[in-house]
Amino acid sequence: MEEDRRRLLAITIALMAGLGIAASAIPFLASWQPSAETLAQATSPVEVDLSNLAPGGSMLVSWQNKPIWIIRRTQAMLDNLPSIDPLLRDPYSLVEQQPSYTRNEYRSLNPEYLILIGLCTHLGCSPQFKPSLGELNHKWPGGFYCPCHGSMFDLAGRVMKGMPAPTNLRIPPYHFIDAHTLVIGEDPRLV
Amino acid sequence: MLKSLFNWFLQRLPINEFIARHLTQYYLPKNLNFWYFFGSLALFLLFLQVLTGLWLTMFYTPTPEAAFNSIETMMREVPYGWLLRYLHSTGASAFFIIIYCHIFRSLLYGSYKKPRELVWLLGMGLYVLLLIEAFMGYLLPWGQTSYWASQVSTSLLSSIPRIGPALTTWVRGNSVVSGEILHRFFALHIIGIPLFLIFLVRLHLAALHKVGSNNPDGIFIREKSPPDKKSLCTVPFHPFYTVKELFALLIFLFIFSLVVFFSPEMYGYFLEPNNFIPADPLLTPLHIEPLWYLAPFYGVLCVIPNKLLGILIMGSTIAILFILPWLDRSPVKSMRYRGCYSRFALAIFILSFALLGYISTTIITPIKVFFIQSFLVLYFLFFFLMPFYTKYEKNKPLPKSILCGK
Repeated sequence: MEEDRRRLLAITIALMAGLGIAASAIPFLASWQPSAETLAQATSPVEVDLSNLAPGGSMLVSWQNKPIWIIRRTQAMLDNLPSIDPLLRDPYSLVEQQPSYTRNEYRSLNPEYLILIGLCTHLGCSPQFKPSLGELNHKWPGGFYCPCHGSMFDLAGRVMKGMPAPTNLRIPPYHFIDAHTLVIGEDPRLV
Repeated sequence: MLKSLFNWFLQRLPINEFIARHLTQYYLPKNLNFWYFFGSLALFLLFLQVLTGLWLTMFYTPTPEAAFNSIETMMREVPYGWLLRYLHSTGASAFFIIIYCHIFRSLLYGSYKKPRELVWLLGMGLYVLLLIEAFMGYLLPWGQTSYWASQVSTSLLSSIPRIGPALTTWVRGNSVVSGEILHRFFALHIIGIPLFLIFLVRLHLAALHKVGSNNPDGIFIREKSPPDKKSLCTVPFHPFYTVKELFALLIFLFIFSLVVFFSPEMYGYFLEPNNFIPADPLLTPLHIEPLWYLAPFYGVLCVIPNKLLGILIMGSTIAILFILPWLDRSPVKSMRYRGCYSRFALAIFILSFALLGYISTTIITPIKVFFIQSFLVLYFLFFFLMPFYTKYEKNKPLPKSILCGK
């Protein structure tokens, strides 16, 4: 009897001590979460003036420390997009990599402007802008090429089939204040 | 007076017993060759890295704004700062060369086999820790390679199903590689991992000294006498081997100094050209090269088209080393007396590991993908076939004892 009681007590103490030690690990582990300051930076929007961006040109801005690309697509580029659909893994952007208001054929609010987070969905390198037809190979429709592991994306940031990258490039929340002023990091205000 | 004071001390802290047990009365086989020097050389490098690293922290600032410049200041303005830094960066590569020689010695003479399985496991634990330590240290200069190598490596975590993305954010403390991860890698690099390393080194040595060293003939020399007892075939570690190891250290320091003073960048293998450009979170360099000692593992990632599968296979290239003692079914330890299958397999293994690494440091083309995949298969075949070729090969007869005269 005495033996059993001692065993029970020993096990209880060991369990409670184990729980206590596990609980004391929480502050150490939780401190690695993004700090309040980091989170605040992540929600602060960035305003961009687009008046100097020529058709066919691109801009690189930083938001949340990430590269954000702004591409002003020409009519020819836009017209070419539907013909690429068979080469793509997710041509209709079914995977949620974009705000709902950019889930369309051009993956943008205003078809002319493409706004993307410039980080490959494979392992996070920043791909290169290769807009011209045939720039990479004779079938190249124009788009983005990742130097790290070779993933390719079209001019709407949609991933091509057979690439290491699993999904289309992500699109940040954004809206336009006027024809030439873009705000990145904020959804359009409901009217 | 002095003697009684000394005795007073020893009665309370018997360091003399410790020295006897591990140095002056720790007996080693007489036939150890130069392969056996790499263990103590590794210990020396640990000391050198801790010492130079400690000094580097006096001049280094772990913030994205200041890290790169603080190293440039160290290199140009701090008296002998360049030397401290080159000793540390060359030391990292030298550490891996020595560790690879040390591991090769174990494979060559069967030092991982019974009764030294724990010595091997602890050693492999040390190797993994050293890889982590080196990888974290590589982020600190905050150059382009530093930045994007960390971005890619931490992204690997995101391929873990369900918890992956949250885990990546937790490790980074941000959605991308930034000041938070720089700071925590700095803390882990300068104190967290080294403490753990030193602790494991102590266990590695304790486990070794319990069973004693293997030798190039791979035969047990202590069957009749208990461990740590003198016999005809053994000599005490000090002074017989300490003298030889000091000589090995001199030769090592000579070669090491040549690299430190004349080619610290080692043609881009020890310090990469892209890392002399400050980190730019908006722009990936055209060609990212992995560090040479991480290259075999990086290569695996490049040639496996599936994200999750890539990380799993990369993990198993290291994990499989841990079970080596239980894959080897040979009754013979040393390659000197093993049959031709084992010798051939070891040669192919070393060759495929080296080529896997070498090709991965160059620009990867489709044909190279094929080569890397082939070497990867050979790498794994060495382990998977080991239970068979070690069991069914014809070994040479073992000598009765090591050659040690009367």
